[in-house]
Amino acid sequence: MNLLEILSYGFIQRALLAGTLIALLCSVLGVFLVLRRLSLIGDGLAHVTFGSTAIALALHLYSAMSLLVSAPIVMLASLGILKLSEKGRLSGDAAIGLVSALGISVGIILASVGGGYNVDLLSYLFGNILSIRSEEVVVAGLLCLGVMLLLTLYYHELFAISFSEELAKVSGIRTSYINSILVLLTALSVVLAMKLVGIMLISSMLIIPAAGALQLARGFKVCIALAALQGCSSVIIGIIISIMSNLPASATIVMVNLLFFAAACVTRRIIYPNKSN
Amino acid sequence: MPGEIVSTELLSCNYREGRVLEDISFQVERGDYVGIVGPNGSGKSTLVKALLGLVTISKGSASLFGAPLSNFKDWHKVGYLPQSLHLVNPVFPATVHETVGLGLLCLKRFPKRLNRADKDKIDITLDELGILDLKLKLIGELSGGQLQRVLLARAIVNDPELLVLDEPTAALDPETRVRFYAMIADINRSRGVTVMLVTHDSGTIGEHASKMLYLDKKLLFYGSFDEFCHSPEMSSMFGEHSQHLMCHRH
Repeated sequence: MNLLEILSYGFIQRALLAGTLIALLCSVLGVFLVLRRLSLIGDGLAHVTFGSTAIALALHLYSAMSLLVSAPIVMLASLGILKLSEKGRLSGDAAIGLVSALGISVGIILASVGGGYNVDLLSYLFGNILSIRSEEVVVAGLLCLGVMLLLTLYYHELFAISFSEELAKVSGIRTSYINSILVLLTALSVVLAMKLVGIMLISSMLIIPAAGALQLARGFKVCIALAALQGCSSVIIGIIISIMSNLPASATIVMVNLLFFAAACVTRRIIYPNKSN
Repeated sequence: MPGEIVSTELLSCNYREGRVLEDISFQVERGDYVGIVGPNGSGKSTLVKALLGLVTISKGSASLFGAPLSNFKDWHKVGYLPQSLHLVNPVFPATVHETVGLGLLCLKRFPKRLNRADKDKIDITLDELGILDLKLKLIGELSGGQLQRVLLARAIVNDPELLVLDEPTAALDPETRVRFYAMIADINRSRGVTVMLVTHDSGTIGEHASKMLYLDKKLLFYGSFDEFCHSPEMSSMFGEHSQHLMCHRH
């Protein structure tokens, strides 16, 4: 099968479009999360997504309709992580671990009780971007538009709290409000990315493009642009390779992402041989 | 009061391990240069953080520019330079120009955007501090002295009326430290900016500060530098020789 033939299939076009949109979101958000040392929030929220998907399936809500259940639950969980780490005398990683454990437990219990929808639920663990439906592409597109609009409007505030929350507060920035926006947008993106790479690999969509961009970026805006470029390229190349080589799309996307990261590290060594950080 | 920039009334702060500040009352007037000194763990950093709303005040009150801290909105009047080495993530990918631009956000309404005039203002401030040539460098590539000047540029780019500095010279070598103090003194004199500076370096701060605030959980002394030098309480605390060394203006 040649490239043009691959691109002529509707399901591949849908996968490429939705995948690129979701990768764009995750990569941009990932820069803020990695710099704020909140990288693992994606993992924690993915586990909550597993639990919320189990609830949606129990209610016989599938594909785009399951987002109506998952999105609010995961958004609430993201605020829970934030509040636990702010007020509950817990570090951020402990708060993520706590909420993550709750999400996965709910998922396992419901899967065990429901039995009949085990196969559906397991498909969410590893994702299947090639089975994405038209209505899911539309939902992904609309949510992507909304999230990117908010990221653009709050760009400087997000930049400021990523640099230093203390300095941001003294600049009059409402840091709690901006933190809430960041975790809510992350929650939405995680729910969307579930279909792309599955719950097990969602955090890689958030972390790896940002980690790659940080190797080479000279400037904050450049870093965001490089992360977006790496994230989107990985999805496009990953999907095409997976079809041509009959490999699972989600894992192939992550492997391509990791190769980009390795290439960025090597390039950094060549361009800046004397730099330690 | 029209000239009153900072005021506290019986301000107390608690951490989990107990009371850090107890019943602190003082006023800072426009144009003052206040050196905040005291031993380790005396509550110096906590005091300035409480004044900036970064630490919860457990008892008493504080006001900035005549407004109670809880209602204070004019953050564009305040510049803050924290202990920089604890602040900056060495892999943060921001350039010097982008970092200094963060200091202008307090002047902007939603959605906050920097325009051409803001970018010129950043360049002018960097030039004033002699670091315009660093504008495209990443902050992780700077030396301690350069980083300190960049963060000072961030703190003054919005033309604040009050500049609060928390142990700004802790990581600097002696020569850079002297230059840094001279720079702050110049900002205080030429721009009329009120300065509050936390330091361990009570000898050097005496050369520049118009007032000294000596803290050891409680306020032990607050007054002019001359009063500090002739205070019998300070003599008995430091010994006359140490007090003389601190008060000797080079």
